[in-house]
Amino acid sequence: MTGNVLRWEMNAFVGFIERQKNLYRRYWAWEAVWLLYNLVSVLSIGYLAAGLSTLGIERSKANLQQTELYLLIGALLWTYLSMVFFEVSFAITWERWEGTIEYTFMAPIKRLTHLLGMCAASLIYGVLRAAIIGLAVVALFRLDLLRANWLTALVLFAAATLPLLGLGIFTSILPLLSPEKGEQMAFAVQGVLLLISGVYYPISVLPWPLRLVGIVSPLTYTLDGVRQALLHGLTLAAALPDIGILLLMGVVLVPASVWCFGRAEIRAKRLGLLKRSG
Amino acid sequence: MAIHASELNSAAVEVEGISKRFGAAVQPHRLMPWRKAKKPKLALDQVSMHVESGRITGILGANGSGKSTLIRILATLLTPDAGRASVFGSDVVRHPAQVRRHINRVSVEASFFKEMSPWENMLYAARLYGSGGDGTRDRVEAMLERLGLPLDTLDKPMKQLSRGQQQKVAIARSFLTSPSLLLMDEPTTGLDPRSKREVQELVRSIRRDRAATVLLCTHDLQEAEVLCDRVVVIDQGRVLAEGTPSDLIRAHAAPSGSLEDAFMRLTGKRLEEDEEEKEE
Repeated sequence: MTGNVLRWEMNAFVGFIERQKNLYRRYWAWEAVWLLYNLVSVLSIGYLAAGLSTLGIERSKANLQQTELYLLIGALLWTYLSMVFFEVSFAITWERWEGTIEYTFMAPIKRLTHLLGMCAASLIYGVLRAAIIGLAVVALFRLDLLRANWLTALVLFAAATLPLLGLGIFTSILPLLSPEKGEQMAFAVQGVLLLISGVYYPISVLPWPLRLVGIVSPLTYTLDGVRQALLHGLTLAAALPDIGILLLMGVVLVPASVWCFGRAEIRAKRLGLLKRSG
Repeated sequence: MAIHASELNSAAVEVEGISKRFGAAVQPHRLMPWRKAKKPKLALDQVSMHVESGRITGILGANGSGKSTLIRILATLLTPDAGRASVFGSDVVRHPAQVRRHINRVSVEASFFKEMSPWENMLYAARLYGSGGDGTRDRVEAMLERLGLPLDTLDKPMKQLSRGQQQKVAIARSFLTSPSLLLMDEPTTGLDPRSKREVQELVRSIRRDRAATVLLCTHDLQEAEVLCDRVVVIDQGRVLAEGTPSDLIRAHAAPSGSLEDAFMRLTGKRLEEDEEEKEE
């Protein structure tokens, strides 16, 4: 890639991040509502754990705090992961809804730049939102994080980004394949990920067919690893297998999803689906 | 985007035997018998045309005649079933990236992020077309001033602008990227007479000042007569006639006739009739 081409693509990449920033700012009221919804969801899960003692389910204080932390980590991570997943997978739906899909698809840029630009904007926004919710959680719950290994958690979190983006890009293909049903199908994928990835429970409690699917979900390794790091101080060395699996999944999923997106774009052009009404 | 002198001497658009059918003939599925069989629609049928560089070429046709399908194929948003099309020598299917560097499109509907302002939308467009750095705001302001848009509209959400103002922003956005070929799909439909005239003057200035080629789909026969160097009449996916407006009038209308008379003679209907049918 020559310098000029790279500069051209970088400019477009920045354009997507800038565009998303402007959209988030312009739709601030909606964003505030979603943030509040996410915050309330996470807090509800936290209070659910805290309330277990009143039901006589968790009598030991130590166990209760562990359960509370276990669920809060799950809720917080799911908020982040689902938000990034949503933003990436709805990239096409959003453009179709706004009526700009044709304009973006006829722009002289690589599709990879388009997708990576959307992914970068989603990641930045996802981290910011998760940080706000995280601060609220820290302020409202007395969390025992003395044994937490933050470095391991951070590395796992970063390693999970790649496969998560791959999954998001895969899901963004659905509205390209079916303008009418693609959006609902993306919601269904998100629901399945919630069920099989061990967000609020270990996947060992699932029946074996679901457990099998859970094993291939990158979110399972992310949630399990980050929990181990924050609750039990898992060292970076001990987390290397999980990090390796996540990176490997990312290396496979991202190029595969971009390739599949390209094939879906060719199909959409053949069937005339690249327009606002589909 | 600048084009080479050699490209300027060649045809801007070459279309050879393009056909496009939507909805392949689908029989009821054996496993899903509730799914209705679809009737395919032939949008373009062996269309061939040649558009010279630096000219304004009008495509005249009723609703559903295939004008927009042709524009979308040239914009690399749709692939033809048969035939080939090229823009400045680059095939639209095999080399879409090269084609995209030469083109921009103004469509009948405003393709904007409605909550974002004209400036934010134009900055996004500039970024996609390799600019957007220092000086972009000045260029955008100068362009909008020339289009007669008050500068205080620049930072308002697009949804607060009138349709005429939105269309002017769309044209300004296409200017910003300096296309060699501008695809305009009914840019004046729904505009008030004053806005219509201003947009028409802009189209003239594109050719005059920028040596750009314009492919203009329009319902307005008067507009086609005054703006276009050449006109292609298309009906039910087929090219019926092409030539200068005066050639078409001479060949297909009475001596004192108009382009509308020629169009009626060729297609057997008036464009207004078709509009009325659509509204019904």
